[in-house]
Amino acid sequence: MSVATPLPHDAARLHVTGAARYVDDIPVPANCLHLAFGLSQVARGRLGALDLDAVRAAPGVVLVLTAADFDPVPDCSPGAHDEPLLCTGDIHFAGQPLFLVVATSHGAARRAAALGRAEIAQDTPILSIDDALKARSFFGDRLVWGQGDPDAAIAGAAHSAEGSMEIGGQEHFYLEGQAALSVPQEGGDMLVHSSTQHPTEIQHKVAEALGTGMHAVRVETRRMGGGFGGKESQGNWLAIATALVAARTGRPAKMRYDRDDDMIITGKRHDFRIDYRVGFDAAGKIAGIEFTQFCRCGWSQDLSHAIADRAMLHADNAYHLPHARITSHRLRTNTVSATAFRGFGGPQGMVAIERVLDHIAHEVGRDPLEVRRLNYYDSVPRPAEGLATGLEDGRGKVPGPHPVPQVTPFGMPVEDFELHEMTETLAASCDYAGRRAAIRDWNAASPVLKRGIALSPVKFGISFTLTHLNQAGALVHVYQDGTIAMNHGGTEMGQGLFQKVAQVAASRFGVGLERVRITATDTAKVPNTSATAASSGSDLNGMAVRAACDTIVARLAEFVAQKHQAAPRDVVFAGDRVTVGGAEYGFAEVVKAAYEARISLSATGFYKTPKIEWDRIAGRGRPFFYFAYGVACTEVVLDTLTGENRILRTDILHDCGTSLNPALDRGQVEGAYVQGTGWLTTEELVWDGAGRLRTHAPSTYKIPACSDRPPVFNVALWDRPNREDTIYRSKAVGEPPFMLGISTFLALSDAVAACGPAYPALDAPATPERLLAAVERVQA
Amino acid sequence: MTFSITLTVNGTPHHLALDDLRVTLLDLLRDRLGLTGTKKGCDRGQCGACTVLVNGRRLNACLALAAQQDGAEITTIEGLAPEGRLHPLQAAFLEHDAFQCGYCTPGQIMSAAGLIAEGADGADIERIREGMSGNLCRCGAYRGIARAVAAAAQSENGETEA
Repeated sequence: MSVATPLPHDAARLHVTGAARYVDDIPVPANCLHLAFGLSQVARGRLGALDLDAVRAAPGVVLVLTAADFDPVPDCSPGAHDEPLLCTGDIHFAGQPLFLVVATSHGAARRAAALGRAEIAQDTPILSIDDALKARSFFGDRLVWGQGDPDAAIAGAAHSAEGSMEIGGQEHFYLEGQAALSVPQEGGDMLVHSSTQHPTEIQHKVAEALGTGMHAVRVETRRMGGGFGGKESQGNWLAIATALVAARTGRPAKMRYDRDDDMIITGKRHDFRIDYRVGFDAAGKIAGIEFTQFCRCGWSQDLSHAIADRAMLHADNAYHLPHARITSHRLRTNTVSATAFRGFGGPQGMVAIERVLDHIAHEVGRDPLEVRRLNYYDSVPRPAEGLATGLEDGRGKVPGPHPVPQVTPFGMPVEDFELHEMTETLAASCDYAGRRAAIRDWNAASPVLKRGIALSPVKFGISFTLTHLNQAGALVHVYQDGTIAMNHGGTEMGQGLFQKVAQVAASRFGVGLERVRITATDTAKVPNTSATAASSGSDLNGMAVRAACDTIVARLAEFVAQKHQAAPRDVVFAGDRVTVGGAEYGFAEVVKAAYEARISLSATGFYKTPKIEWDRIAGRGRPFFYFAYGVACTEVVLDTLTGENRILRTDILHDCGTSLNPALDRGQVEGAYVQGTGWLTTEELVWDGAGRLRTHAPSTYKIPACSDRPPVFNVALWDRPNREDTIYRSKAVGEPPFMLGISTFLALSDAVAACGPAYPALDAPATPERLLAAVERVQA
Repeated sequence: MTFSITLTVNGTPHHLALDDLRVTLLDLLRDRLGLTGTKKGCDRGQCGACTVLVNGRRLNACLALAAQQDGAEITTIEGLAPEGRLHPLQAAFLEHDAFQCGYCTPGQIMSAAGLIAEGADGADIERIREGMSGNLCRCGAYRGIARAVAAAAQSENGETEA
């Protein structure tokens, strides 16, 4: 079986030889046009006259378009219809496209775009969360979810604490910037190559812009050079712009954002402020809790409601909160429209409750890990375990830690909690207790350098919270020579989805991977797909491909069984052979015979996630099929005179269910931890008072480098089957390990706490400046 | 007046007329010579995706003007090993799962080739980590990258059958 095998990425050899093709590498005809936007330098105002004479006169310029050239002006939003391709009058953020330059080269288009002059009647921009609250600038009403009576529980508790935490955003910094290439076809059809996580949405939006049906637009995505959520909706602009120009001129059109433009125009992770109030007992057990989440959405809605919802859905993380209220405000500001980013709001909700647990531990003077474990959800026995003990018990009762699952603040029972055992295992393997004691002694003798350690858990809900998105399709062909071509709606961005799904196909047919070809994601092959997002890629597409393969396998089995007067179930596909009774054939031999017997060797597959139902207004239901878990322990050292810091050691235990591919999963876990740590430490987005992003290149925005990763980095997978019936009982792995990076933040806070008696109350990202300020605060 | 240069790219001499003296080595490689293995990440010399070897030393091709490279020997990812074979570094990147999306990979490998040529001690992982820190990998595959470079630095020079 090729599943559960640590095989390399499907295009590994192409990557190391430079032969892997991204959108910008696709050869284009010599008459290809290149596009660039002219951007607003002003964050808020009213657009007056545009002087574009110099742009039109610039070398190589073929066409210059403004909103006046369109009726209606095409929309680039993923749903709310609030993102006109070009400014129609109101300027909403610094970086908003005002006009579009079409030229004979990328350089000519960009140089010409810089020559545009815009008259703008400036208005005072709404930039910060406080600005938006003051101006009552919201998207929709606040949302309130919860359970029990938090006010009474907090009032009645022996101890209480309150605080507020700022949580910064994050630039995706996919190494391959946004790119699209549109090639006009006969009869008005359009072929779009797009670096996107969501080909169906590109198809939908391009069709809408061209005024045609979706059947006239074909979108192909072979791979992305990183996505991380930044290519879920942000590619719409380039695809729409190139398709419109290609349709108007009859020439291919390509657009690729320069890095600075990419960082200025495209959305980022939402920044949040989260206020909290919590009541607890002397041991640190939470009695009642209240969170108020302020989410800065930027100028348009994009996916902000779903993201803010997911922040609410992770406000509990791993902790049972019988009396809880979570309030969410979605703020509209004159900044870039914040968008999906790995974790999709979950990390922001989660880091806030981890901060609360730390704060409680500080108040009651206990080890934060003890307080965390005290508040964990109860374990529920695995079905097999519960059944076995129930039978032994003989009284019809199922003994166990807690046979009735506890429920989240949104009413979902936590039936698959793994964290008690995982925490126990990691705490032992990394010697958490011993190192904590050693660090205490070391710090006592070290006046300038202070060490810190933290072990924190992740519980992350798997499924799109918009229930209808939890569906997938696949197309599988077996050719008469016995080779297999496979297509599904998921996109490849480095996560190894294609390889995992190919492993599923090879396993179903009982053949080696060399027989299976994975082809580029193509809306003409599999329609109506969801974005490759919410960690759902392997879960959904693996199941859809399995269904398609099983249809063909069943046809082949019936054919072979008939020839041997056997039952189809007795036909075995394994080791590139097909056996029935005593007879044995090669797989290709059976395929050839089946083709000649006129048996269809092509099938579609479909999958929809079971069990989920969700009412987002009421905040009740079961939004997730299951949870994925992880624990990480990080040790850091901090220079208390400069704020400079380093990670010394990281230990991770992460739950992938029964891993489909341990090598790829391990890579996801390591990379996500590094990226999560970057979010909470060095990656700082800075806007100036006029609303211009000042950190729009790697010179000013610091993502982790090779020298930043922990010198000791132990990663292990928690190899237990998923309790739910997923593809080979695996679990989704794209997003959950991102939040393991929270342990780095908590370890830094722990190092600061060694400097004085007060609680550090550290905000994120914990830059050296912030750390230094926190050190001074606790010493005061 | 057009300005002409001669470059030897992956062993093949090219005589190139430059109609725009501002063209970077990166754009020349990608747009004129069709060598798209060298990637454009930030176009300002800070991400390393465009790393190539110029006369055996690593260079960010996005910051180098093609006009300044007259007479230079340039090696890109396409020329690191003969067709159909893998350089020990390429084999090591495969072996150690040293990438995810692959976009930074050609730059990482060329940078590693330069680092090893600079005399980095394969046993010194700290030197490798610092020496490779100019090549960003947003997928965070640094553990595999450092291990692959260390393994290749320790292995004998020569090509590995793929």
